[in-house]
Amino acid sequence: MKCKEGTAVLIIRVNDAFCRSCFKEYFIHKFRAMLGKNRVIFPQEKVLLAVSGGTASCSMLSQVQEGLSREAPKKLRFVPGIIYIDDGGACGRSAEERQRSNALLKSIFTETGFTYFIVSLEQVFSLPTSVLVPGTSDPDPSNPSYKQAVDQYIKEKQTLTEENVASAVAQLNIEDSAYSPEHKLALERLFSSMKTLTAKEDMLQTLRQHLILHIARENGYSKVMMGDSCSRLAVKLLSNIALGRGAALASDTGFSDPRYGDVVIVRPMRDYSSKEIAFYSRMFNVPSVFISGLDTKTHDKASIQRLTESFVTNLQFDFPSTVSTIYRTSEKLHTVMPPQSQTAEPASKCLLCLCTLDTKVDKASAFHATLVSEQLSQIKLQDPSLDAPAQSAEQCCTEGQGCGPGGCCSSNRLPSHQDLKTLLCYSCRLTIKDMVATNTLPPYIITEAEKRQKRSQMKMEISEYLLEDDEEDGGTAAL
Amino acid sequence: MPVQCSNCVQRRAVLKRPKTGHSLCKDCFFWAFEEEIHQTIVSAGLFNRGETVAIGASGGKDSTVLAHVMKVLNERYDYDLNLLLLSVDEGITGYRDDSLETVKRNQQQYELPLKIVSYEELYGWTMDAIVKKVGLKNNCTFCGVFRRQALDRGAMMLKVDKICTGHNADDVAETVLMNVLRGDIARLRRCTSISTASDGEGAIPRCKPLKYAYEKEIVLYAYFKKLDYFSTECIYSPNAYRGHARAFLKDLESIRPSSIIDVIHSGETLSIKEGVKMPVQGTCSRCGYISSQALCKSCVLLEGLNRGLPKLGIGKHHRLHGKILAQEPLTEQEEKKLKAVDF
Repeated sequence: MKCKEGTAVLIIRVNDAFCRSCFKEYFIHKFRAMLGKNRVIFPQEKVLLAVSGGTASCSMLSQVQEGLSREAPKKLRFVPGIIYIDDGGACGRSAEERQRSNALLKSIFTETGFTYFIVSLEQVFSLPTSVLVPGTSDPDPSNPSYKQAVDQYIKEKQTLTEENVASAVAQLNIEDSAYSPEHKLALERLFSSMKTLTAKEDMLQTLRQHLILHIARENGYSKVMMGDSCSRLAVKLLSNIALGRGAALASDTGFSDPRYGDVVIVRPMRDYSSKEIAFYSRMFNVPSVFISGLDTKTHDKASIQRLTESFVTNLQFDFPSTVSTIYRTSEKLHTVMPPQSQTAEPASKCLLCLCTLDTKVDKASAFHATLVSEQLSQIKLQDPSLDAPAQSAEQCCTEGQGCGPGGCCSSNRLPSHQDLKTLLCYSCRLTIKDMVATNTLPPYIITEAEKRQKRSQMKMEISEYLLEDDEEDGGTAAL
Repeated sequence: MPVQCSNCVQRRAVLKRPKTGHSLCKDCFFWAFEEEIHQTIVSAGLFNRGETVAIGASGGKDSTVLAHVMKVLNERYDYDLNLLLLSVDEGITGYRDDSLETVKRNQQQYELPLKIVSYEELYGWTMDAIVKKVGLKNNCTFCGVFRRQALDRGAMMLKVDKICTGHNADDVAETVLMNVLRGDIARLRRCTSISTASDGEGAIPRCKPLKYAYEKEIVLYAYFKKLDYFSTECIYSPNAYRGHARAFLKDLESIRPSSIIDVIHSGETLSIKEGVKMPVQGTCSRCGYISSQALCKSCVLLEGLNRGLPKLGIGKHHRLHGKILAQEPLTEQEEKKLKAVDF
């Protein structure tokens, strides 16, 4: 269709027929255009590529490889690293399977010559609590704008030698796939305390994000590239709506996700439909490894995410414009950001997903209606926020249905459902509600939760003496 | 082992609430259901004292329950509202004429005055005639647009202050999903509001007191209260796009019962970027009702029907508005595009 010479070998989007070389050009051009248009990747920046082994992320990897190689007319200008997270422990895969897929991926990674990290999900149990605190992106006035940065780099390039670049790339490769048996057990317990597959998938996603964030921060990576394709993002958008994440839709599915502060997540593959990616990886032999996940081979209604995926795929069959319409809708959304101040309390962000809390109870909102229903269907406790565990345990047992606000199984010391709930956004609350025992959560989450609890209690005690909301180290007596 | 009601703990529980999963006895359920609607009305400030309110009654379960609950709450909490029933006859044989009988029975049971407006007298077309011209696929558009106007016109004839409809939580959630699937940003922003904006330009505000009530709970309420309602689906509905969204929502509910409210919560909390083009509200140059284009949708649809060009209202046709207004004949090419598809 484009060059009108070569024979067409494939058809995309009903009308567009491409020959082999035009398709390759088209594919590469889209990737570059996406990065160039959005101008978030600065030259010489360290970028972490999150690879899951599937075709989309491996295509992304090969695109980056091509872009950095010498022959390309306009080289991409950043320093890449690769990260792969082995979540076999959560998905129930055996140790040999995991080793096998790790080895396969290792061979793919070593071929690219980039620094790579192979991390197992069990590492989550040794994370520090700083993961849950959004770092401040340095608003350094000396930080140049994108155009200036690029010009500067081109001038400096004359002085940069080959050796410098090569040494920057060939750093220490970390393969941390070893994990201790206690961590493995802890992970299994965590995931078996989730009653529904929906909650499991949500928790897996959250833990993965935290781990990637941690590795990125530790090694000085300021950007992370995820390989989500258009189709995958459309499904994500719909399932997020079903999960109650309306407030964070734009960050979850948009091009850049700034909620972690110092590390920005970008999604350069969001313009590609899964068909295009499949054709590309087939025709140009992109090496990829299929690794089964939590919802592989489950039936349609096993979880909300799985249901949405089959719904969108079926609808796409009858109405071919479904995915692109959903994609365009997601482009028009944005996240409501409260005014950014230097000392913004981290407590106003959700503990797990780090997006702004959307649980301010407006009058006449769905959230208000939910609270009203909960109250009306139960005997009113004397003081629902401070109910003694003994009383609530009694309540739960006589009801015989659904846990009330105080978790049945929580012991006195560990955070009960009620405490955790106040720190979470609407949809994370639903995930935790599906959890039987919150003490199986990784220690960094529990400690951070307790810390925030204490801080908010402190704040309440001294609230009449605080002058403004964002006082540093609160507690200045009014004069 | 019999389970006790989780509210009063005295009586035996006879049902399990779909919304929260608690087991309740009959009276506690009635009370909880009515209380929630009362809370919705009060916290959203839907009504003022002394107003005349028309209840959109179709004879189906939503409007029957709505009429009943409004009457009960009006007396219990002394809203001081003047209630009456307003019904629309679309002219679908086998469906609407039966449901209208139910509405007439409701009128006698609840002792509320009733007014019926019909498409025939307002527009000169019944739905059956329209479907014969348009076909089975896009007819829900006609019915919906005409019905909005019919409700408005009927309300103006009766001189009411507000209209309330029986849209329940499932309807609102379906609408959110459908608007995302169709990419309709403007509607997506507005569809979760509990009442339409009252501009005072002859537009009567419409509200949805049942917005947070699950459809299953409405059925449970009607069943236990032994309310009389008409329960057949519209005969043209299987081909509607909304059916897909509805099936999806039903499946979601089976996985996680709270997802209906979750979808509504997402719809309320999402926000649109500034700079996205939004339609501006104006008035129709022909009939004077609210419209965002030069001609309101029902005028366009009617024009299409009357001229034998039924596809006039479906799809994009802004450029033709000027021509229609000026009563110019359309070119042959345009006419061909707009004619009905032959079966």
